[in-house]
Amino acid sequence: MSTIVTLPDQETARLPKLSYLNSEYGLKSWLLTGDHKRIAMLYLFSITFFFFIGGAFAGLIRLELLTPLPDLVASDTYNKLFTMHGVIMIFLFLVPSVPATVGNFVIPIMVGAKDLAFPKINLLSWYLYVAGATFLVFALVTGGVDTGWTFTTPLSTHYLNTHVITAAMGVFIAGFSSIFTGLNFIVTIHRMRCPGMTWFRLPLFCWSNYAASILMVLGTPVLAITLVLVMLERTIGIGVFDPTKGGDPLLFQHLFWFYSHPAVYIMILPGMGVISEVISTFSRKRVFGYTAVAFSSVAIAVFGFFVWAHHMFIMGVSNYSALVFSLLTMLVAVPSAIKIFNWSATLYKGSITFETPMLYAFGFMGLFTIGGLTGVFLGSLGMDIHLTETYFIVAHFHFVMVGGMLMAYLSGVHFWWPKMTGRMYPESMSQLSAVTTFIGFILTFFPQFIVGYLGMPRRYHAYPPEFQVLNVLSTAGATVLGIGYLLPMLYMPWSLKYGKIAGSNPWQATGLEWQIQSPPLTENFVDIPIMDHEAYDYDWLAHQTEHEVTTVG
Amino acid sequence: MDSHAIATEHGEHELHDEAHPAYLRHHFVTVDQQRETASFGMWLFLLTEIMFFGGLFMAYLLYRNWYYDAFVASSNTLGIGLGTTNTAVLIMSSFTMAMGVYSAETRNRKGLMTSLSLTILLGLVFLGIKTIEYHDKYTEHHIPGASFSVEDFVHPTDKRDVPLAPDMAQHAQLFFFLYFAMTGMHALHMIIGISILFVLLFQAYHGAYVNGHTSTIDNFGLYWHFVDIVWIFLFPLLYLISRHPLK
Repeated sequence: MSTIVTLPDQETARLPKLSYLNSEYGLKSWLLTGDHKRIAMLYLFSITFFFFIGGAFAGLIRLELLTPLPDLVASDTYNKLFTMHGVIMIFLFLVPSVPATVGNFVIPIMVGAKDLAFPKINLLSWYLYVAGATFLVFALVTGGVDTGWTFTTPLSTHYLNTHVITAAMGVFIAGFSSIFTGLNFIVTIHRMRCPGMTWFRLPLFCWSNYAASILMVLGTPVLAITLVLVMLERTIGIGVFDPTKGGDPLLFQHLFWFYSHPAVYIMILPGMGVISEVISTFSRKRVFGYTAVAFSSVAIAVFGFFVWAHHMFIMGVSNYSALVFSLLTMLVAVPSAIKIFNWSATLYKGSITFETPMLYAFGFMGLFTIGGLTGVFLGSLGMDIHLTETYFIVAHFHFVMVGGMLMAYLSGVHFWWPKMTGRMYPESMSQLSAVTTFIGFILTFFPQFIVGYLGMPRRYHAYPPEFQVLNVLSTAGATVLGIGYLLPMLYMPWSLKYGKIAGSNPWQATGLEWQIQSPPLTENFVDIPIMDHEAYDYDWLAHQTEHEVTTVG
Repeated sequence: MDSHAIATEHGEHELHDEAHPAYLRHHFVTVDQQRETASFGMWLFLLTEIMFFGGLFMAYLLYRNWYYDAFVASSNTLGIGLGTTNTAVLIMSSFTMAMGVYSAETRNRKGLMTSLSLTILLGLVFLGIKTIEYHDKYTEHHIPGASFSVEDFVHPTDKRDVPLAPDMAQHAQLFFFLYFAMTGMHALHMIIGISILFVLLFQAYHGAYVNGHTSTIDNFGLYWHFVDIVWIFLFPLLYLISRHPLK
């Protein structure tokens, strides 16, 4: 049953006189802040910046692939392009995307706390991000790195003469930023919940970020030590990954993917949390099977640690281990499917409206399902050996990461934009951008499934002429996709000044963050709230006869 | 009646101070919550440290399994006397650190400063002995890469004084790489720990940690014990197990 809530007219809403945005002024008050909301904004600026740098590389890659001949860039440059695209998009955009921006902003409010558990560590994590990013930018401007984002040994340790160490150092430092974010979230969700906020009253966004945080805390240190070993191998020839000294390059693969497979769940789980919030809000219904969705996040986190070797089926691991990892990989499909089915069931008989966050969420559901199902293809041994290292893989993970995660990220940013800034984004423009993104995405990446299945390998800048039609389609789609991403860059800043004033709860959503003023006070709550109802309780919201909004001034 | 009211008011006022001391950060409700939060965060951080060292242990165990004989031969070259002394020194430093935590809890500033100073001293003794060990490796040409000679590596208990086969010596070199990586990473944690100890000692000198706010000392204690425990695993793995002379 959905409950439509009518609240006091949002037209009469005014911006609160005092909020976290105007409590202090000056650059110093931002750069030395302990406020999780301000740090979220710092993150939002920085990751948007790197998203567009990574996007520019993607644009150049697609432009090169417009023709079968290597005519735009030389092969070395092309290697650097896709490497920098991958490194920047993964470590500087996807991993911190939702947790560090939206999560940083709303998780403390959702659990009813005044801040994250460790505000200074939160700020430190942003500085580590910036430091890591600086190393990567330095590697970039001094000539780039061309190992692929995977730093594969012995290629990265013995055969390349590019800035591997600088780039690895950047990823190493950015990794600690991610560790500290995850640590902060776990401790906050455990220890900072307000009275009455039991685990099963937490919004599902908290559950999925909690699950992702477990992966960050347990997985990232392994990547860190692996990169240290790569750097030592490259500088002093430590031999751990060098077969001529008795080392084993496969050990690198195991250690690397022990982090980097869970990392894809670090990237996708927070996005799934956004989708739970958005689907529930815009169908005015409690998320169907709350407990199942909550535990499916944890299940994905747990299974995620036992599937890494499916990246190594063609690397000479034993048949037995390949079989076991293939089976375990199939298991991950179960909790993912639980989520998709439960979101669909939430929509059933809901009072659905099609605001921008919801459009992005629909995009996520469709594209993530395709991405996830092709993941099952790739998890099965026979198919994987045919399809691995082709464009099929590229299409698969872009469906999950771009079609899934980026849609979820944009959904989340639009959804919480009124809370962050106090103003609405322009609705029709943003709906246009959501639709553009979806169309552009399908056009870019669907042809890649076909071209990959036909046998076009990834990471080459030239290809046989018979693949050109599909590549032209893909490049054309990338143009549309680029426009879809540029639009928010234009209207989001515009809305900061000219957007309609949002009021405290423009979506009539139930989360604690919507019960306080927008933008919130620095300390979030005047008094620590007491949670006396379940999450997504729209009846409770409807029966709030005197809807209290804590506005100061 | 008035005096009674004043007394109550006064009592409440004191209670208020006890519940909201200056060191209670603004976003916590109670001191207990703050303490538990800090300690939980520290345990989680130590978990990440376990995973960090885990990668090195994984590499060590793998190659130990593959190149058992070479690893046994190399293990024999390590100075067991120095290693044992160092283990004792480190365990003693854990004891003095625990005494430091106890002193902070019992609000004994002098005891705290003594314990912290002793911990620093023992930590430095450990690093000193470690330096001697590293120097021994240098004089014995066991530094991998730089001075290691694959042709001349002799099993230390081999009375015939014949070098090992070059491929086996190569694997011995892998042992020394891992030895330096693991003990080096451990020593780095010791250096960081000792640096923090100096800060804590300075703060304690100015009267911190003996006002009931012992979180920092407690959590640093956890870190110090963790670094100690890493050594407790490193010592048998590198020095002790399968260490038997050649028959």
